[in-house]
Amino acid sequence: MNRLDTNQPRSQVIDRDFLEHRAKLIDLAAFLDRCERAEGTDDFRLKALRAAIPLLIDGQSERARRVLESFSDPSSEPIPQAPGKGASGAWGGPS
Amino acid sequence: MRYIDPHAHMVSRTTDDYEKMALAGCRALTEPAFWAGYDRCSAEGFRDYFNQLTSIEPARARTYGIHHFTWLCINPKEAEDVGFAREVMQVIPEFLSRDNVLGIGEIGLNKNSKNELRILEEHLEIAAQQQSLVLVHTPHLEDKQKGTRLIMEAVRNQPSIDPGRVLIDHVEEHTVKEVLDGGFWGGMTLYPDTKCTAKRAADILETCGTERLWMNSACDWGPSNPLSVPTAALELRARGHHPEAIDHVIFKNPMAFLRQAPAFAQRAEDIDVGHLPE
Ligand SMILES: [Zn+2]
Repeated sequence: MNRLDTNQPRSQVIDRDFLEHRAKLIDLAAFLDRCERAEGTDDFRLKALRAAIPLLIDGQSERARRVLESFSDPSSEPIPQAPGKGASGAWGGPS
Repeated sequence: MRYIDPHAHMVSRTTDDYEKMALAGCRALTEPAFWAGYDRCSAEGFRDYFNQLTSIEPARARTYGIHHFTWLCINPKEAEDVGFAREVMQVIPEFLSRDNVLGIGEIGLNKNSKNELRILEEHLEIAAQQQSLVLVHTPHLEDKQKGTRLIMEAVRNQPSIDPGRVLIDHVEEHTVKEVLDGGFWGGMTLYPDTKCTAKRAADILETCGTERLWMNSACDWGPSNPLSVPTAALELRARGHHPEAIDHVIFKNPMAFLRQAPAFAQRAEDIDVGHLPE
């Protein structure tokens, strides 16, 4: 297979990307705080987001794939009718 | 740097974008038929659109030295109304022989409904009859993994279509391996919020290899960046990858897939050496 082998040392990856991802993590923390300050309850999207967070620190690899899968519709049959055109980003259970 | 943007909805972009893409090294782009952001109210609206894709856009692109190609279909977002979709599909054959048409696309699924699947299968029949290349749109977000699997199954049900002549677009980490393992080509769309970022696309190339993969901007009327392919090339360069390996991904790979279409093969040599479109 023709690969683009990763040839950066870990220190270089951290140097290049740490601040960007630090900021994203703080954004996520602030988003959860903001949701909790607001009246109401979690919907299926916020529940899905909370459920995905532990995947980041479970020590297993392929986190991006597993986070995407955790947001995905696990069924396999076509649905009877399209409910609209948009997607919400998390699976809300069978419609 | 030279590159091909194999998925760009230029009808929604300004002429300035053509100029920026040309300045960044874009030699050719391909424009699949897609949803306009609203449902068209007649099949004649599609006739106008197909004319735009086969005559107006190539002329705009030519002004900036970019070779323009296109794909025709009714997109999955307008496929729920089967009767209407069939009316539009009757218009397609009269445009298929125009000199910038590569095949059928971007067909696929949006919400994974039965009607969408039926129209996908009927498009695949046209592609099989015409022996044309296929460009497939996979659903968004939570619907993507399921939809990608349904699409691959629909293609396999058409034994005369070689998966090596089908590009399944908008792959991400949870779909890319199945697509490549199935013998299909995969497209990574570089979007700011959904689909892939440049960094994630680079990660996928590092972990899955560079065979049968390309990157595109899918720039349209929504949040998107017509320069996202060269931006991703810059990311690969910053990671220390060799310019030849980058050229393989952003130029030679799309060349290899697209030249399977006679309309592209005719101009492949010109594109390769950098001759301007006539
Ligand atoms: Zn598109």
